[in-house]
Amino acid sequence: MSVITVERKVLEKNDAIAQQNREVFKKKNLFTMNLVSSPGSGKTSLIERTIHHTKNKFDIAVIEGDVQTSLDAERVAAYGVPVVQIITQGACHLEAGLVRDAFGQIETNNFEVLFIENVGNLVCPAGYDLGEDLKVVIVSTTEGDDKPLKYPAMFRNASALIINKIDLVPYVNCSTALIEKNALSINPSLKIFKTSCTNDEGIAEWCGWIESKIKR
Amino acid sequence: MHELSVAQEILGIVHQYVPDPKPNTVKSVKVSVGKLSNILVDSLTFCFEAITGDTPLNGTKLEIIELPVKIQCSNCNKVSEIDDPVFACPNCGDNKINIISGTELKVDEIELFDEIKEQQ
Repeated sequence: MSVITVERKVLEKNDAIAQQNREVFKKKNLFTMNLVSSPGSGKTSLIERTIHHTKNKFDIAVIEGDVQTSLDAERVAAYGVPVVQIITQGACHLEAGLVRDAFGQIETNNFEVLFIENVGNLVCPAGYDLGEDLKVVIVSTTEGDDKPLKYPAMFRNASALIINKIDLVPYVNCSTALIEKNALSINPSLKIFKTSCTNDEGIAEWCGWIESKIKR
Repeated sequence: MHELSVAQEILGIVHQYVPDPKPNTVKSVKVSVGKLSNILVDSLTFCFEAITGDTPLNGTKLEIIELPVKIQCSNCNKVSEIDDPVFACPNCGDNKINIISGTELKVDEIELFDEIKEQQ
């Protein structure tokens, strides 16, 4: 019997491109966030409110990932920031190569913060490094408070957690305290923000945190 | 459902070691999958069979070893296996832990048929 010893990571190709991306982002002094969540938890709304609140403080560029349509890119473009849409044609996550190509299409260098909005999915994006500084996971109150326990890999890999749609708490059967407790049981170092993109509660604190991360 | 793209990456790695496989040359591909890697073993097996079905690698077995989640406590140093998603040390209860195993997704070995078998 003949055996070839391989011992190689299956996603090594993605990881290598992600490392190249990371070096490019570092050279440009960018603070880069990979936004991950299930569909409809408010990633795009959070980007919109963040742009609105920080337009006099720093500049943002956005890479949007969706299975279909450029609807999100159109929403973000209305705020006058550079945005590139990736349409994955069915793929459930962004890969580093897609982000590299999309980043090359951003026509300006005048921004300090890059948002990469991943495809709405709490499973697959966890395994794919894109070259970001950190992952931000978003959970909305309408999804229930058990999500961190159901998708531990995503919460383990993230650095920050946004609990969004807190204005809806009176109407849904969800405890933000329990989301926090569950998330911290998986990842005690998570930085947690509670936000509403409808009434802007918590947005200033979130924007202040981003500002503190900018590499000037 | 990213098992299809994972299966394609595995196939790509196999082709780097066996660039032009003939039928009945590659017996199996051994892969380690950590329980935290978000891979459904049955789905990965299905996808690998689907993409090799019409190729010389038809019949090559994907042998998947599932690795448990092992953590090491920063407080008491004990290494433990955990089943539930609460990441705390079962020994002392501290939540400052490091994951030492369970996130793997790697190709370990490619096993070839003996040449004698190939000639038969």
